Amino acid sequence: MSFDTLKFSTVLFGLAQALKLSAWQHPSFRERLKERNLVAQVKARDEEIGRWYQISNGRISSRKGLHAKPDVTLSFKTAGDGARLLTPPINWLEQINAQKDFILTVDGEEDLTNWFAQTIMQSQTAGWKFGTPMPGGVMRYCNMTNGGPVFVDVKDDKIIRMMPIDFDDKDPPPWTIKAKGHSFTPPRRTTIAPHGQNTKSIIYAPNRLLKPMKRVDFDPNGARNPQNRGKSGYVEISWDEALSIVSSEIKRMKRDFGPGSIAVSHGSHHTWGNIGYYLSALFRFSNAVGMTRVHHNPDSWEGWYWGAVHHWGHTLRVGQSETYGTVEDCMQNAEMIVFWSADPETTSGSYGAQEGTIRRQWLKDGKLGIKVVHVDPFFNSSAQFLPGKWFAPKPTTSVAMAMAIAQVWIEEGLYDKEYVKTHTVGFDKWADYLTGKEDGVPKTPEWQEKETGVPAKDVRALAREWGRKKVYLAPGGWGNGHGGACRNQTGIQWARVMVCLIAMQGLGKPGINMGNLQWGCPLDFNFYFPGYSDGGMSGDLENTGMPVELYQRMPQLATMNSTFQRIPRIWMPEALADGKAEGWPWVGKSIEHQFAKFAYPAPGHSPVKMLYKYGGSIIGTMNNTNRHVRMYQSEKLEFIVNQSIWHEGESMFADIILPACTNFERVDISEWAGFGGYGHHGQQQLNHRVIIFQAPAIKPLGESKTDYWIFNEISKRLGLANYFSEGMNEIDWVKRHFDASDLPKKISWKEFMKRGYYVVPAEKEKLRTPLSFKWFVENRKKDVPEPHPLPSDYTEEFLKGLQTQSGKLEFECNSLKRFADPERPPIVKYEPSWEGQHSGAMFEKFPLQMLTPHAKYSFHTQGDGKDSFIMNIEDHRAKVGDYYYWIMRMNPEDAAERGIKKHDIVKVFNDRGAVLCAALPTHRLGRGVCHGYESCAVYDPMGEPGKSVDRGGCLNLLTPEKTQTKTTHSLAGANALVQIEKWDGKIEHMSETFARMEPQKKAVEPVAVLEPAK
Amino acid sequence: MSKWNVIIDVAECTNCNLCTLATMDEHVGNEWPGYSAPMQKHGHRWINILQKERGTTPYFDAAYVPTMCNHCDDAPCIKVAKDGAIRKREDGIVLIDPVKAKGQKQLVEACPYGHIWWNEELQTPQHWNFDAHLIDSGWGKTRASQVCPTGAFVTLKISDEEMAHKAKAENLEVIKPELNAKPRVYYRNLWRYSTAFVAGTLSHDVGGRIECLEGAKLRLVKDGKTVAEQASDNYGDFKFDRLPENSGSYVLEIEAAGKTKKTVDAHVTESVNLGDIRV
Ligand code: SF4
Ligand code: SF4
Repeated sequence: MSFDTLKFSTVLFGLAQALKLSAWQHPSFRERLKERNLVAQVKARDEEIGRWYQISNGRISSRKGLHAKPDVTLSFKTAGDGARLLTPPINWLEQINAQKDFILTVDGEEDLTNWFAQTIMQSQTAGWKFGTPMPGGVMRYCNMTNGGPVFVDVKDDKIIRMMPIDFDDKDPPPWTIKAKGHSFTPPRRTTIAPHGQNTKSIIYAPNRLLKPMKRVDFDPNGARNPQNRGKSGYVEISWDEALSIVSSEIKRMKRDFGPGSIAVSHGSHHTWGNIGYYLSALFRFSNAVGMTRVHHNPDSWEGWYWGAVHHWGHTLRVGQSETYGTVEDCMQNAEMIVFWSADPETTSGSYGAQEGTIRRQWLKDGKLGIKVVHVDPFFNSSAQFLPGKWFAPKPTTSVAMAMAIAQVWIEEGLYDKEYVKTHTVGFDKWADYLTGKEDGVPKTPEWQEKETGVPAKDVRALAREWGRKKVYLAPGGWGNGHGGACRNQTGIQWARVMVCLIAMQGLGKPGINMGNLQWGCPLDFNFYFPGYSDGGMSGDLENTGMPVELYQRMPQLATMNSTFQRIPRIWMPEALADGKAEGWPWVGKSIEHQFAKFAYPAPGHSPVKMLYKYGGSIIGTMNNTNRHVRMYQSEKLEFIVNQSIWHEGESMFADIILPACTNFERVDISEWAGFGGYGHHGQQQLNHRVIIFQAPAIKPLGESKTDYWIFNEISKRLGLANYFSEGMNEIDWVKRHFDASDLPKKISWKEFMKRGYYVVPAEKEKLRTPLSFKWFVENRKKDVPEPHPLPSDYTEEFLKGLQTQSGKLEFECNSLKRFADPERPPIVKYEPSWEGQHSGAMFEKFPLQMLTPHAKYSFHTQGDGKDSFIMNIEDHRAKVGDYYYWIMRMNPEDAAERGIKKHDIVKVFNDRGAVLCAALPTHRLGRGVCHGYESCAVYDPMGEPGKSVDRGGCLNLLTPEKTQTKTTHSLAGANALVQIEKWDGKIEHMSETFARMEPQKKAVEPVAVLEPAK
Repeated sequence: MSKWNVIIDVAECTNCNLCTLATMDEHVGNEWPGYSAPMQKHGHRWINILQKERGTTPYFDAAYVPTMCNHCDDAPCIKVAKDGAIRKREDGIVLIDPVKAKGQKQLVEACPYGHIWWNEELQTPQHWNFDAHLIDSGWGKTRASQVCPTGAFVTLKISDEEMAHKAKAENLEVIKPELNAKPRVYYRNLWRYSTAFVAGTLSHDVGGRIECLEGAKLRLVKDGKTVAEQASDNYGDFKFDRLPENSGSYVLEIEAAGKTKKTVDAHVTESVNLGDIRV
């Protein structure tokens, strides 16, 4: 017997003993063994030796040798390979290589092979212990909401409380910034956003999906009745039935129609956790199956990606700038911050909880001597919290205000002429436009007043103060873009002109930069922990940030979608219902990638016939979403499956519903505000970096399951389970993720599972990151820790200069000279919105400009509806009668003119649709402007969808779907023209989308027979 | 003997509602025997945030005032409670006994602050009880103060003498002091809610161009007496704040380049935006 043979035999014997020991020790594993009866053979192909394991009625037996009829066979090429690959600690790279090189092969029915593999894995993890015992039989776990980390206290499988974390003696101290003779240190705790603190109520929501369901009038083998989607009820079905319908539909699609016939559509966010995230498990699954992807627009970054990148690059940040070191520089050197369509107190930095609030509070007592100014048509939460001069331009017009500021700077010599000469190109061209040399119209404060309504004298005074002070410019909630005015019709112009303003003042000089203390904290950014967009277990090297670092650190089977057909998300209804759409891609690799138009259908591909829908947020978050109602009811879509946690939004349009559980009912791992990818080092928003072991707090409610389980079960039926899961359970992926990070150098796995969190020590003062753009000012190599742009995208020398062709800030954009687009000329010009005060008849009919910015209490659809705690917040929804209505804020005079009083039910409408809201007159808005947050979770048409008023509050039924410009895949829906009147009690309201269909529809549509829901 | 108090800073409250949400997290669906029955999921505002908007666009501000049971030292509710259903503890906390108080709907009316809430389902009166079950298990704070991001909601345990001294030194106020209920919840910067301002902006003609008038002297006069003085800022803006609501007529005297240029009348019921004043 060779040494290898001996070793192989010993390992196989050891495996049998390990399985038996685990069964003896752990009841959960004993239960697992009762699930299947099988004989599994493990062997070496060279010497035909091995050992088989029989699992029968929960008992394990094992024999040396080869079984005559094993159900499952795991073969290694040689005994040496087997010994090497099975001896702990397992090296995942070798495992994967062995599979790729066909050294390790698996044979048998997919269900059994996958079950056996996962059972072996489970034998090793069954004894792992999570959480910390507290007095009174309470267990304390940690988890992550989208609004910050939490302690989760649990008793008897019930969540008692969730709260932000107060650090203890074991946790490291925070950083201190010394500025203007004072020291500033954040408190030793985590904070949380309202939608995070709301989480317990949405876990136990009455509209949780707890059983798989089938639409009553959907028969996969008979009448499918697509026209009744959104109207009919559902019956509960078993998981087995649901999974077989979904998997056989997938097979039928591929068989009957070919590649491309299945599309997958997900929201822009998910419940938190790097393994269960949509960019992780869902991407692995959809790549494995092969699906037409719905290609996202750069949501909430629109103007920056399609506009600002041409002036300064930063495509890998979707057009937003680097922000390192800016908190310290701002506090030490700035004299003023201009919040321009920036409301961080509402948007909480997306995932940044109230961390920035704490820092901005330092501005309030005058010690730092930093003034603030707010530019926003709406008196937003940040203006309330940080008193300062408020400029209220009409929606979409502040581009003109910015140009007038630049014009004053030129006229009065209040800009950094030397910097403009050395660090920018094309200024003269833009100056000619501003001074009127180009078109005879000087862009003066008086010129802008006609557009914006802001007095010329105020703009001139602001320009003078700004020109004489060191100023941080803070556009959008993050202070360097994101949200705000970049989401409306003039968003591209706005983002562009913001860059031009800071370029004139000397971006990167002390006290002159982008930011509002939201990003740029002095943390340790050399400590590696992957962000959610680094792709987790997706294996997806094309559509996630995985190639940057995670793929090397966490080797896994790569996945690749064989279907290259894509649907531009904004035009999903047109693509699916009409069969045609064109779009422009969002790819961060270079500036020019955005110019490569794509079309649906792709050559040689099937049109989409089946939709795999993940969640139900689109009807609340996209624009003119009665279009989506039409899409859902189209007979071109033969099958729709929706995998959701809650029955809300568009889950009501599905044929089959698969109930998923929340991240509090499964295991995962993640870092707070760890975006990765396009939000590289999103932890800059935090006062401490906090990494969480997300222990399952409770068992999945009802029959809901983890997304991973659902994907794996479908995969089993497609023979893909071992590829999808690599034979792992979720906890194994979590452990691999832990091992892939820098955590093992600092905390043991056992301790991490028990304690639930790890705080990365703040960076030593001496080692803090350099200030962003300082390298640019000083003509040095880029020295901030971001791997952007790609090496080939530098012009002169690697790391020198910006991503633009000139390497400088470009007032006149070279990229836009090469790509002729009349709507995006090389220099930024003011072109009024196509939906606004210049819209003629439309403006007469719908004279109110409705702003729909990001919400304060909910996070898009997350936290809203679901009978949640947040429903009680009067500024979120108002209870009138027995219904919680969405809030519509309007100017008191506009309200009075219409006879509208506080909390009257009003109909907000235009040709696109009608939504009922509770009115809230307020002087936070000027005349002619109204305001309601975008994206509520509730879609509640009072009659037929598409033909009746919605009382759920889906204001995006009313917003324009048209892109900002023709050659961009950009949303413009944050501003819409509407009319508001007291609701007359009528339920009918024909949307434009449905009115257009009506003539044909009457002719062809059979009368629907509705069966009552059981 | 030290006792519990709350200090709310109106100027630091962002209306994030985290205090209300954390309180709901602690009490909805949870019974704390001996302390409280589960809170009703909807309709109860144990912490109720009042708001005040002052002025009009763009001379405007807004303030938020979280209110809750005041844990009064001379609590009207205790006097009305039967069977000792409400008691005052030595540490200052007022506690409604969830068992003894059952059915005592009269207590809702008994609280002059409107902070006893009737639980329809359980037929019992409830209030924000300072999370007494947590306090007694060694928490040094309440859920509301733990979660408050800005420190606008602070709980502290000090002697009554120290608290009285602090209230005086730091200008802390209580709500409706005239009731003499002796609340233990104090407010800083309550004027942001309770008083009015007169604001506006000054402009002048400079060679045919209208410009902001910076540095003009403004005097607010009432009944011939100067109430306050200030200079206009670089936007020409001024704001006289902390005026009593409904305080009637004022005269604003504007002096630029050493000469009284203009007087403007202001009538204060609520805050007044005088708009653009051309000097
Ligand atoms: S948590 Fe603090 S800041 Fe937020 S509403 Fe309550 S008191 Fe105000
Ligand atoms: S506030 Fe009301 S309930 Fe609270 S102690 Fe005073 S009187 Fe009683």
